Amino acid sequence: MSVLLVLEQGLNGLQFGVMLFLMAAGLTLVFGIMNLVNLAHGSLYMIGAYLAATFFGWTGSFLLAVALSLLATLVVGIVVELTALRTLYERDHLDQVLATFGLILFFNELIAILWGRAALYTGVPPALAGYIELLPRLRYPTYRAAVILVGLAVALLLYVVVARTRLGMLIRAGASNRTMVGALGVNIRLLYTVVFGAGAALAGLAGLMAGPIYAVQPGMGEQILIQVFVVIVIGGIGSIHGALVGAILVGMVDTLGRAFLRPVLSTVITPTAADAAGPALASILIYVLMAAVLFFRPQGLFPPRG
Amino acid sequence: MGRRPRAVVVVAGLLLLALVPPVAAALAQPFYVDLFRRMMIFAIAALSLDLILGYGGMVSFGHAAYLGIGAYAVGILGFHGIESGLIQWPVAILASALTALVIGAISIRTSGVYFIMITLAFAQMLYYLGISLETYGGDNGMPLRTRSQFGPIDLRNPYAFYYLVLALLVLFLLLGARFVNARFGMVIRAAKSNEPRARAIGFSPYGYRLTAFVIAGGMCGLAGALLANQTEYLTPDFMHWTRSGEIMFMVILGGIGTLFGPVIGAVVLLLLEDVLSAFTAHWQIILGPFLVLVVLFAKRGLFGLVPDAGGRRG
Repeated sequence: MSVLLVLEQGLNGLQFGVMLFLMAAGLTLVFGIMNLVNLAHGSLYMIGAYLAATFFGWTGSFLLAVALSLLATLVVGIVVELTALRTLYERDHLDQVLATFGLILFFNELIAILWGRAALYTGVPPALAGYIELLPRLRYPTYRAAVILVGLAVALLLYVVVARTRLGMLIRAGASNRTMVGALGVNIRLLYTVVFGAGAALAGLAGLMAGPIYAVQPGMGEQILIQVFVVIVIGGIGSIHGALVGAILVGMVDTLGRAFLRPVLSTVITPTAADAAGPALASILIYVLMAAVLFFRPQGLFPPRG
Repeated sequence: MGRRPRAVVVVAGLLLLALVPPVAAALAQPFYVDLFRRMMIFAIAALSLDLILGYGGMVSFGHAAYLGIGAYAVGILGFHGIESGLIQWPVAILASALTALVIGAISIRTSGVYFIMITLAFAQMLYYLGISLETYGGDNGMPLRTRSQFGPIDLRNPYAFYYLVLALLVLFLLLGARFVNARFGMVIRAAKSNEPRARAIGFSPYGYRLTAFVIAGGMCGLAGALLANQTEYLTPDFMHWTRSGEIMFMVILGGIGTLFGPVIGAVVLLLLEDVLSAFTAHWQIILGPFLVLVVLFAKRGLFGLVPDAGGRRG
């Protein structure tokens, strides 16, 4: 196991981490402000991936496909908010979970009807196809490097918006006391729709970037959604800061565990036993991490104030 | 219909379930014995969830995990040649109760949305663990060599198996009634409706909640053992998170916080799936919005429509 391999897998972990962050940021904002548990967040990720693949096929331009699918996911998100989720804000969590579970069944089946159940494979855009040489002898796929850069840039942008702008101030105020913000004359309904739409667009962004890396298929949203839950629980629900730390942590642990747990184990126990235990252990590693964090800090690493 | 309409519905419902095998035999439709046995197995699972969800206010979104562990206990013991139900079923109950103890001990320390996400995440962890068990079929699962052996009671006889499941369902309904009306059940319900007040009169809810969580886990584990015998096959899909959602929907559809509601919910949902899937392969596109509508407009469920005796709110 060379240092270069560890570095490469570390970058893969970072890449997975920023994608988790894009999902977690939207989910945690929506929860923080509207007190809504939205299981259908994964569906928006899936819709983003499918639309990007389709638009890329139609237009042949990756940038155009990105712009169109982002816009379309934003619109879908706002439509879902206006038609179905709006009535759920005042309901308890059980109702929210079940109703958004119903939405997931609907969206997965809708996608299966429109595109079929088989996985869709999308190519990497030609401009990002090659490798870049980060260090001598460390070649890293340009596309994955671009995903990392976009993810980090969005994280920075989110930080600036939430911490430095008027909109961000309203978002933070809404998270700590909704009623008071409404009483001060802010159109809280509009704020909800804006935040939900932004969260949907972030999920769509994660989805469209996922296309060329992972298989695009019905149900892809829930696979990542549950990992995003782990991220949020570790980071502390409602905290963007926590979402970022949790996402990078989960991304790293999951990727490095899958890559190195088996070889590391085989130095301790017999190779056959390591072959059996390695993958099993690697697939549950992030849940064990979550359990460990919760054992010491039931509210997550960075519980939001207020 | 007398002063206790709910009791009438329960007795009538159970009598109808008891009449399914002879009617199916008379109509020469043995398929219905299979379908209704499956419904009753899910009814036991949904009932176990309702004990903690409806009475205890614990929104566990990972209940299918125990279904899977019960099924795997039967499958793994059978794989290694232990086919006696007298060993398989108690092991299924114990294994799922123990798992519930670990998951519960961690998740009940939290509450609200944390609890939902954590139970879901742990169930998903067990699902992936099931997939990685290559010896026991991995992703594809594996067939059961034979149904559990109970000496004179032969589960390969569809009627014997049917009435055994029905007897277990009735037993759990009776035990459930004792559970919710006992002092223990009262504490659980008190902690759900007003935790500070329950604490103020001297009850610490954690231990009570955890005990209820473990009981529900063990009960659902037995349902899993039954399910493995029903399908004679086991797959990690028993633990898939959509299965947890389905069981939860059965509880809501039938009537949350009632004992017979989950039974009605299981029967109606599986019947609906059966009818819809005969109609179109894309039946989930109908089921999804139906679920949303039930949650938004019919929160009390089907059994909630039946008036309760004595003016007590159920």
